[in-house]
Amino acid sequence: MPIAIAFDSGGNAAAEPWIKAAKPTYPCLVDRRHICAELYDMVNVPTAVWIDERGKIVRPSEPAGVSDAFRKMNRTNFAIPADAMSELQAKRKAYQDALRDWVAKGSKSRFALGEPEVLRRMHTPDDVQVRAAANFRLGEYLFENGHAEEARKYFEEADRLRPESWNYKRQAWALEDPMKAGGPEFWAAVDSLGEGKYYPGAEDI
Amino acid sequence: MAIDIIYGERVATGVDADARDGELWLCAGDLKQVSGWEYKPQGFCKGDVCVPVPDARKSKFVAEGRDGVRYNLAALANLLGQPVVTDAEFGAWCFGEAAAERKRMLTSLDAPDFSLPDLDGRMHSLSEYRGKKVFVVSWASW
Repeated sequence: MPIAIAFDSGGNAAAEPWIKAAKPTYPCLVDRRHICAELYDMVNVPTAVWIDERGKIVRPSEPAGVSDAFRKMNRTNFAIPADAMSELQAKRKAYQDALRDWVAKGSKSRFALGEPEVLRRMHTPDDVQVRAAANFRLGEYLFENGHAEEARKYFEEADRLRPESWNYKRQAWALEDPMKAGGPEFWAAVDSLGEGKYYPGAEDI
Repeated sequence: MAIDIIYGERVATGVDADARDGELWLCAGDLKQVSGWEYKPQGFCKGDVCVPVPDARKSKFVAEGRDGVRYNLAALANLLGQPVVTDAEFGAWCFGEAAAERKRMLTSLDAPDFSLPDLDGRMHSLSEYRGKKVFVVSWASW
């Protein structure tokens, strides 16, 4: 069962057009407060976690079928060069194939990881990172109650404490201006990664 | 004074609390309602879990207030390793989850449960899907 979760502090107003357009046959939930992101330590979208029939995590949070090839996009007309497009499509297909393999074979799938491997790959937040989450939460609370300007201070502090969270960064930008999350600030932040990955993917897919 | 308290997924508005110098003093009823914690002879308790209060620093946690005994939720948070972020202007206090608790939950490999609404406001919990494989995937409009 897929469960799609929108990390959108803008609530239904932000998420609804996309969900309606997708005509989903599975639950599409709206997570204004990024609760699921905190519970599973997700720092970007799309991030996925695989959970088996017993409610056990068999793949911890990881980028879901995406790759850094999007960085080759033309930033004016959003065109993606052919080689980058092939890479993106191949990554998506490999991920979907892995997911189907797990659905068919369950724990016998090589993509359903054993406990030691899940624990090895899993990241858990430290004291600074949970402080970032509390700042984001207070910012979201102030925003939800009509204090957008005052909320910014807390969003900025969350970003300062956990700069690797694209969720904090881009959500805050989007609340200022929906275009900002994909605008010059976004690309400058992506460029500042240098050789670092925007989507640090799994080794086996 | 009236304080808004965000405590994990709980939100309580207009709580009658004494806030000063990084301390937040609540009466027993509000302490339980806001945080789920209660003060007992063995310390602060929630469900089966009790956290003893260091004797030497007891006055930092429990004190006689203007209208009976009050409890310092900020000191308890500090003891539990929870982050606390406050906005004095709005009288808002946000208590996050401790890193150790997040780690305990995740490394148990039991998928943490959540309840979130769909577009119609109907709540869905992860635990409803026990017995099926679940693929939880995030996205965003931004």
